[in-house]
Amino acid sequence: MFKKIFFQSIFLNFFFTKEILAAESGGMPQLNPEFWVSQIFWLTLTFGILYVVLSKLILPKISSNLELRKSQIQENIEAADKQREESENKLKEFEEIILKNKLEAKNIFKLSREKALKDINSKREILEKQIDDELKKAEQEINELKKTAPEKINKIAIETSSEILKNLIGTEVNSSSISAIVEDLYKKHGTKYYGN
Amino acid sequence: MAANPMTQFEVYRIGPEIKIGSFDISFTNASLFMVISSLAILLIFNLGSKKNSMLPNKIQLLAELSYSFVSKMISDTAGSKAKPYFSFIFSLFMFVLFCNMFGMIPYTFTVTSHIIVTFVLAAFIFIGVTIIGFIKHGFGYLKLFVPSGVPVILLPLIVIIEIISYLSRPISLSVRLFANMMAGHTMMKVFGGFVISLGIVGGWLPLSFSVALTGLEILVAFLQAYVFAILTCIYLNDALNLHH
Repeated sequence: MFKKIFFQSIFLNFFFTKEILAAESGGMPQLNPEFWVSQIFWLTLTFGILYVVLSKLILPKISSNLELRKSQIQENIEAADKQREESENKLKEFEEIILKNKLEAKNIFKLSREKALKDINSKREILEKQIDDELKKAEQEINELKKTAPEKINKIAIETSSEILKNLIGTEVNSSSISAIVEDLYKKHGTKYYGN
Repeated sequence: MAANPMTQFEVYRIGPEIKIGSFDISFTNASLFMVISSLAILLIFNLGSKKNSMLPNKIQLLAELSYSFVSKMISDTAGSKAKPYFSFIFSLFMFVLFCNMFGMIPYTFTVTSHIIVTFVLAAFIFIGVTIIGFIKHGFGYLKLFVPSGVPVILLPLIVIIEIISYLSRPISLSVRLFANMMAGHTMMKVFGGFVISLGIVGGWLPLSFSVALTGLEILVAFLQAYVFAILTCIYLNDALNLHH
């Protein structure tokens, strides 16, 4: 009885003790101080142990787990970023090389084309010169032949006509007179036959 | 008929009577559920922190989510200065939450439905916060009772009100949790009793009510644990960052 009054006076001394007792007897087991000390004791004990174990053993572990995972994820992200950058650089290098090679190929193509064109041109010039030369020579020959042709023809005409006369008459005719006639005929009709 | 809805709150001795001096510290059903709650918390969080895999399993996820939940709650309400008290608030939140939740299982005992339990917790918090306040700010902590920007005429009244509100903190904190738990459980018991007394014909209405109340009570069980923890954070914030 002393204990009951003692706890009621320290805990709820601003209430009327009688009313508390009335409430308790009216059916609120919470206001029955019989097991208050027991409850305080066990609460202190269990909560104390819970707090100590949680704060010393479990929570630091969870915290370090979380930190570790966070840092690991951060590291992985950083590594991924680095690798992406590297691959981008490589891609750029690769593109540059391709561009360079393309330019080189273009240059080589251009150069070889120019060279080939030059070769063709020079060869054509030489050939044209040769053809020209040969044409000129041929023309000269033709001209010479044209120049000499009447005389030869005249000679042949004189010879043949003297032969024919010889065969016809049976005597030799003076070749100079024949040649005079041939000359005379040539002068009269030469242009008509030789076209000069 | 065992229809008295208050019998569920009765504390009785389990095992022998243990006495230290004139104090009875016998193991009771309340002690049993305190032990069960603490062991459940330790078991879950021990399993949840045992191995650190990159992809957490369910129990590890649970432990880490509750860790970050409480951590965020503290940093949101009390700032970074409250870091050293994280373990205490975490333990407090988990203890109240598990006690509330174990109380939701039929035939169990709700530890937090006893005013003495909640009052001891609240008084410990109140005394602790007051000590922290005086250590951090010396007598400057008394400025907490003098809000800035108040007309001089009103000041005596305001100071008295502030002091009363400060001193009533442990009572409001403990009574809030205790009353919520007790009222909820009593109500469920009452509706359960109605189901029996109205029988197969009329019992369906109170039964459906009882089902709905169970959901509500689970919500209240979580909410009250959260409120208890967050109010502790707010009181701690007052002690750590004096900004009246």
